[in-house]
Amino acid sequence: MPNLELPKSFDEFVDARKAGFIHVKDYVENGGHLVGIFCSYTPLELFDAAGVCAIGLCGTSNEPIADAEKVLPKNLCPLIKASYGFAYTDKCPYTYFCDFIVGETTCDGKKKMFELLNDIKETYVMQLPQGQKRAYAKDIWYEEVKLLKEKLEEKYGVKITDEKLREAARKRNALRRTQLELYALQGMNPPALKSTEVMSTLAQGLFHFGVDAQHATYRARVDAAKAAYEAGERPVSEKAKRILLTGCPSTGVIQKVGVTIENNGGVIVCLDDCGGERTTKMMVDEDADDILRAISDRYLEIHCSVMTTNEGRIENTKEMCKKYNVDGVVELVLQACHTFNVEATRMQEMCEEEGIPYMKLETDYSTTDSGQIETRLAAFLEML
Amino acid sequence: MYQVGIDIGSSAAKVAVIKDDEVVKTMLLDTGFSSRKVADEIYAALASEGITKDNAKYVATGYGRVSVPYADNVVTEITCHGKGADYLFKENGTVIDIGGQDTKGISLKKGRVMKFIMNDKCSAGTGKFLEVMTGRLGLTLEELSDLAREGNEISISSMCTVFAESEVISLIGKGTPRADIAFGVIESVINKVVALIAQVPADKYFLTGGLCEDDYVRERLELALNAPVKSTPLARYAGAIGAAILAAEK
Repeated sequence: MPNLELPKSFDEFVDARKAGFIHVKDYVENGGHLVGIFCSYTPLELFDAAGVCAIGLCGTSNEPIADAEKVLPKNLCPLIKASYGFAYTDKCPYTYFCDFIVGETTCDGKKKMFELLNDIKETYVMQLPQGQKRAYAKDIWYEEVKLLKEKLEEKYGVKITDEKLREAARKRNALRRTQLELYALQGMNPPALKSTEVMSTLAQGLFHFGVDAQHATYRARVDAAKAAYEAGERPVSEKAKRILLTGCPSTGVIQKVGVTIENNGGVIVCLDDCGGERTTKMMVDEDADDILRAISDRYLEIHCSVMTTNEGRIENTKEMCKKYNVDGVVELVLQACHTFNVEATRMQEMCEEEGIPYMKLETDYSTTDSGQIETRLAAFLEML
Repeated sequence: MYQVGIDIGSSAAKVAVIKDDEVVKTMLLDTGFSSRKVADEIYAALASEGITKDNAKYVATGYGRVSVPYADNVVTEITCHGKGADYLFKENGTVIDIGGQDTKGISLKKGRVMKFIMNDKCSAGTGKFLEVMTGRLGLTLEELSDLAREGNEISISSMCTVFAESEVISLIGKGTPRADIAFGVIESVINKVVALIAQVPADKYFLTGGLCEDDYVRERLELALNAPVKSTPLARYAGAIGAAILAAEK
């Protein structure tokens, strides 16, 4: 059994956080196993097949950043600092109670942070190739996925069979299809949901214990939204400007960017980050002869700015702009995320060629620039 | 019917009143501590001249735009500066607005905002930078420009206002002539502004905001941009004029 003592500072926590800790502790006490993950490249089917629960640990709050900066440099992306900070301060129940953490060599900031994170909690790092195009890139990732499989088998004393992997792939694909239905709701005119509802549904989805629970939540959300729409409910005005939000993961700025767009006459119709349609529409070939290879191939295909080159992301965004009838593109760059920040030039070029207004917002999780962000977003929406 | 535009910026509040397409009145006030208070002062001042809710529409803009309770509409300063510059210059080009806490570049085509750029949190290249430096040098803005004309070329390398102030303090300590420091201070702003404006290039520029009557700044900008930079005394009110124009719409 893992360490089930509560953190030393537990008594100082607010009630909601205490409840979170008790909830996760109960799960682990009843035999549940949690593995912390950070990234869409993590092959989730392996955890499902091993009978353990992969839980997203991406830091999305400004709260632990000041503490994280005691160790990490200030000039680092807020997602990395917050993720580390939650482990450092024992403030996240999922980080605290997980058996170990799986990371990937994505950006430099993350991969070096993982070395330090390992001092707090065992962190296993998968090594991604730097691009997908070399003939052997897929083999590299396949070998890495195989190593993770062995790691899980050894750690939990289980056998990850092809049948279990196939079953997991079926369930994950079904979840992906439901998630695509959720995205499709925003394709309607007007969209069926406020952008912040989609963002928070996705954010909550990451904290379910297992694929079935997550699927049930998304299913319920989609069904409720469809029924409401059919009943004539229109939570978003037909006049709202249709925005595609691309760039870095946006969960940490739901308030600062999502709510601000909504309050100023806009609606996010397409979330074009790594959790969006671009990644979700990639399915695992459930019937492939080599299911492990099918899984590793599916994940390596994901377009992240850490890959060189990464045209697939830009081409996909172009497609999404048409599909979702987008009025303008807002690119979110989390401060010091060099890969997305540099790649933004390519995104801007594409938008200019297509005649779609484009704006880049560089920000972090703090509220220091809320006023300026609001002015910029409002002016952008007025311009459309 | 009067159209009143109120532009409450971080350091100054600007008011423009339009009647029959003519700017009939402008006002300039210190924003001071409370945007709400200055908004009330503006209403009272206009009311004493017979301009009230009964015969006027009000549009508020600028950082304090949400603190004008009697505004009929609220529009961002980007859109307003665009409208105002179009009214004043009636040409395609890029508006350069050096404001109290941010600097904006607004690309205009046939009176419409095509694209804009704004500095991020940092105050380098804004009025705030000049305010801190004039304070440190014991000069007014006008004196700073006059001195800078006579200064020798020196450069202030820190981008950050706080670090640049330390740099200026050490220059003062070394006995560097004030004119040279003045030159360096203005050049620092020009360089930062030009780097920002490079993202909205044009063959003609319009300078709006508090520095519009500063010929030295305008000339240095022309030199750095290698293109004409126009301005007019009314350009200080470009945001307010744009807001007043928008009061007629809707």
